[in-house]
Amino acid sequence: MMHKKTTERLWIAFFVSPALVIVSTIILLPLFMSLYNSLFSWTQLIRHEFVGLDNFKRIFATEPYKTRFFNAMGNNLTWLLFTMLVQNTLGLMVGYFLSRRIRGSEFYKRVIFIPVLFSIVAVGFLWGLYLKPNVLLNGFLKLLGAGQLTRAWLGDESLATFSIIAVNIWRWVGFPSLVFLAAIDNVPSEYMEAAWLDGARDSTVFFRIIVPLIVPSILIITVLTIVGSLNVFEQIYTMASLDGSPNYSTDTIGTLFYRTGFGSVDSGNPEIGVGSAIGVIIYFLTLVASLISIMSLGRKEVEL
Amino acid sequence: MNIKRLCILSIAMMMVLGTAFAQKTELNFWTWRPEDTEKYEVLLDSFEKQNPSISVTLTAFKNTEYNTILSAALAGGSGPDVFQSRAYGGLETFAQSGYMEPLDAWVPELKAFNKAPLGGATSIKDGKVYGVPFASQTLFVFYNKAIYKELGLKIPETWDQFTANLAACKKAGYQALANGGKEGWTLEVMMGALAPNFYGANDFFEAVVKGKTNFLDPRFKGAVDKLKELTLYMPDLYMGVSYTDMQSAFINEMAAHFVGGSFEAGYFSSQNPKLDFGIFPGPAAKAGDPHYVSVYADGNFSMNAATKKKDAAAKLLRFFASKETGNFFIKELKQVSAVPGADTSSSPYITEVLSLQKYNTPYMFLVGFRYNQPTGSALFQSAIQGVMAGTLSSADLCKQVQDGIATYYEPFKK
Repeated sequence: MMHKKTTERLWIAFFVSPALVIVSTIILLPLFMSLYNSLFSWTQLIRHEFVGLDNFKRIFATEPYKTRFFNAMGNNLTWLLFTMLVQNTLGLMVGYFLSRRIRGSEFYKRVIFIPVLFSIVAVGFLWGLYLKPNVLLNGFLKLLGAGQLTRAWLGDESLATFSIIAVNIWRWVGFPSLVFLAAIDNVPSEYMEAAWLDGARDSTVFFRIIVPLIVPSILIITVLTIVGSLNVFEQIYTMASLDGSPNYSTDTIGTLFYRTGFGSVDSGNPEIGVGSAIGVIIYFLTLVASLISIMSLGRKEVEL
Repeated sequence: MNIKRLCILSIAMMMVLGTAFAQKTELNFWTWRPEDTEKYEVLLDSFEKQNPSISVTLTAFKNTEYNTILSAALAGGSGPDVFQSRAYGGLETFAQSGYMEPLDAWVPELKAFNKAPLGGATSIKDGKVYGVPFASQTLFVFYNKAIYKELGLKIPETWDQFTANLAACKKAGYQALANGGKEGWTLEVMMGALAPNFYGANDFFEAVVKGKTNFLDPRFKGAVDKLKELTLYMPDLYMGVSYTDMQSAFINEMAAHFVGGSFEAGYFSSQNPKLDFGIFPGPAAKAGDPHYVSVYADGNFSMNAATKKKDAAAKLLRFFASKETGNFFIKELKQVSAVPGADTSSSPYITEVLSLQKYNTPYMFLVGFRYNQPTGSALFQSAIQGVMAGTLSSADLCKQVQDGIATYYEPFKK
């Protein structure tokens, strides 16, 4: 009996270890290294003495780090809010309509999903071109006779972040759509048929039957959205720039981290201590936000 | 028997070939000028002919990403043997971190170099020279000669004449200025080209570096206000106009002026050989005043302190310090070479740039305030975007720049 248990444990260890090795070297080790680095003072690329939480204090309490950090954080929240509201609502709607098997739904499913497969950098670069003052979008607006609506989409402080979010929604909306479609398809049809027979309207079926039964999918998409919004980087990098141009209006903690930690031609010499500290903050924010959403939504899950 | 012989023969041949290949030292060289790679290949070919035992592999990275990639590579213990390095604060990062080999002993040619370009290659901490300077850059206004001829315009002496020219170009349906504001650094270049005549060039620079005045000085605010006046003549939706849009508008003769740096000329000519452009310094406040231009050491060629091929790398650096490279920079890249005694006669353009340097002043934030975060450049570039877009006042810009620099700059803390 004991013998069997030991063999079983060995087998489990055997199957788990490759993944464990990869996760520890690629994810955990760098995480702890940046935590370690964030506790030291640095000149340029050389580590000096241990300074405790000084780098964190600088981010939260010292100018100009404070303004930059909270400005970037605010933009991340904008990302989270608009991605949650617009992208995921849109995704749920698309998923629902596709599940109704409307004419050509197979075709729409593919078309909506295609941008998800594109490289994020290519999408950013191309949309960066399309949104230039005299290119696709403004050209289209002029063609429609709506010349007064043309804007410097990526150069206007009040619009730049929203333009980039919109592009990202265009790219990614296919993903939640497909996840929700799969979830809705899994809802046993007898539940819905029973509801219809009882004379329930479509909206009642949707809110009272479908939504509660696809909570696990909503949960997954919510966590992914939170993680994605906190880690947004490539979109800004390709469409605005590392400095969160114009005038820090597109800056996120990702670009702030990169700029501070690695430095750049104009932003100056790298500050690895502060940069690592920002990295650690990003990690904890992601962890806490994911835990909260998993716990709070997990309770709403309905057992079939 | 035959097979045995064949085997021995082929092994012998492989060994001979092997040693032949092994003798060739391979150097990796990095640059931030993807635009110039074809031309650099020609220069490096010439070096390889003179040094048959060395072969050089050229890798180019986008200007704005270069520092990041380079610092990551050097910090990771890899990185090129020889690389283009930034001047001033950009040099300091790598020099102080011990990633750059001091060149005083390796490259004796450096002793003959002028002080101004060497300033950008010398560490402010230990006074050692860490790079072979390659060029100085000057900031001024490019204009399209054909458009000037068509509209009967003259090179402006004063600011009023300048804005009158801009208005005339705009009226004739041209983009008066190619410049946009999507990238903050192009706006900083605009400041370097046009502001010194309004903030008081060297007087102000020296005073502000010593902390005798600061960026709240009305002279500096006044100069920023002058830049803001130009938004009238910038392209439609100029805040969305990026550097490449600016270049293409001037190259395709849609724009009459391009406020930029001497480094643009080579690219302009290669993209449109028919483009007939001239240059003039930033206009003065009133007639008869000198026309100051901002000048800075552009960058250097440096050696990776960790390279195992120091002798070969030194050979390449000495080649970069030679007149052949100097002449190459002038003739092929149209840049003002830092190599002493290089021949400028091949380029009327370089001769003209040098004549503009008669009244020169250091490029404010790069030369004086790019040693710590947040750099003067980073502060100015973001704030000027706000000013040009109309979301920030020039007084707020001055305050942001001043407060940002004062967080670390000792002379401002008094």
